[in-house]
Amino acid sequence: MKIDPRLCVECANCVAVCPMSAIHIDPEIRRAVVDEDECVECFACYRGMSSENLNPMLIRLARRTLGLFRFRFDPEPDGCPTAAIVPQELEWPRSIRRVFSDVLMTHEGTGILGRGTEEVKTNDVTGRLGPGFAGFVVELGRPSVGARFYDIEKVSRALAAVGVIFEEKNPITGLMTDVSEGALDPEVLDEKVMSAIIEFRTPLEGTDAVLQVLEGVAREIDTVMAVGVAARCGEDGQNDLESMLPALGYPIVRAKTNLGLGRAEVIS
Amino acid sequence: MTHSLHRFGQPEDLAGDYIVFAMPAQGVDPESAIRTEKEFLRRSLRHQPVNLGDAKKGGWFQPQKNLGPGVHWRRNTEPKPELVIDGVDAPGIVAAVFDRYEAMEAFVEELRELDLGVSINISALADRAATCCRACGITRHSVEYSLGFLGKTEKLPEKEILELATMCGHGTVSFGLAEKMMDRVRSGRMTPKAAARTLARFCVCSIFNPARAEEILSGKRKRG
Ligand code: SF4
Ligand code: SF4
Repeated sequence: MKIDPRLCVECANCVAVCPMSAIHIDPEIRRAVVDEDECVECFACYRGMSSENLNPMLIRLARRTLGLFRFRFDPEPDGCPTAAIVPQELEWPRSIRRVFSDVLMTHEGTGILGRGTEEVKTNDVTGRLGPGFAGFVVELGRPSVGARFYDIEKVSRALAAVGVIFEEKNPITGLMTDVSEGALDPEVLDEKVMSAIIEFRTPLEGTDAVLQVLEGVAREIDTVMAVGVAARCGEDGQNDLESMLPALGYPIVRAKTNLGLGRAEVIS
Repeated sequence: MTHSLHRFGQPEDLAGDYIVFAMPAQGVDPESAIRTEKEFLRRSLRHQPVNLGDAKKGGWFQPQKNLGPGVHWRRNTEPKPELVIDGVDAPGIVAAVFDRYEAMEAFVEELRELDLGVSINISALADRAATCCRACGITRHSVEYSLGFLGKTEKLPEKEILELATMCGHGTVSFGLAEKMMDRVRSGRMTPKAAARTLARFCVCSIFNPARAEEILSGKRKRG
């Protein structure tokens, strides 16, 4: 992402809006600038900010004049008053940033928006997570810290070592050069993304071992990860994780519950 | 996508936060999926949702690209449900957010009767979702549990900021903007409602709960 210095009036609204804190006001040029290495091309600034489409020359003049009287120019806090934020052409491997960070990018491999797959959201129709398995969804970089692929690879390698089954259609699995080792394409390792999801299955009885691996590798990464685990319910609507997780030290608080109202026959 | 799963908060604070969403599986006839999604959104309006959205197009609070200088005095920030419903033009995820359990349960009951044929999920406190299923005579199919955050958690901000920002699962409601809105409300420069709506505009999927945000921002709620 870039900021057009001819349009920017250094209101600093975009500084707060950027989830990666990649924008600052350069006091020498008195304009906002984007730190390209930290920017993950999430488009939150460009797409998320409203715009008042004001004339930058007039605004600078007004700011100087108001400043003399200790008044301040105060645009709407969610807007770039002059529409100064402009996207740039992204080339490989930088383009991978947007794929994993811009909510509205559809991933080629999954065909859906965002960073993961349908997971258990459509499990009632697809049956992708069957009985007897725990389906893990480990999102590196979330919430709003961001992650480099070299950290993501540390986690995928640690998981591969305990024999998890990576979800084939997941974008991170698609970046693996060796799935058995959890190795990622070396070209992307230094790239930063808002977050990326590693998705895999393990037999239910392997849940404890996976959690121990995650707790261990969590100490080696320079970011955070949000961990979710899913199970299929039996005919009585119960599942084994419900008793297993609290016993492993993970109290049950929030969950996503698939109600089983989807029908496979509506798929053409 | 785990976009709604990891909302930060104490259970008592999360008791005012329910997301119900519909998602057709890939391969579903697009025309019928669009009709179904519109029906889902239309029906949700009977149950006073606090947010409504189509993950591909945005929600009823959206950025406005054509504001003029008069916006400070007359900005229309009211929800626009018809914008969302009319805008659905491709299969995807549609969601309705509720701040009351009763409203969510009544909507789920209606969905069960409607039998739309697409996958319906509740993202909320696990026990509330289970209670809702029992009350509506629904047998849960699958459940995904949030185990919280691991790693360098010292990089995360204070509790209230985290509560606000994690209501957008894709991270586009930044810690910085949440903090700025807190400051503005504390210093009397913005109302909690205006600040909550400002944050909501950055959540493209519209699963952000402005009612809960308003409570957090007002500083009036009992702290967990
Ligand atoms: S919001 Fe726009 S005008 Fe304000 S500092 Fe950022 S780029 Fe410049
Ligand atoms: S694209 Fe995202 S990360 Fe980059 S400057 Fe804009 S808000 Fe920040």
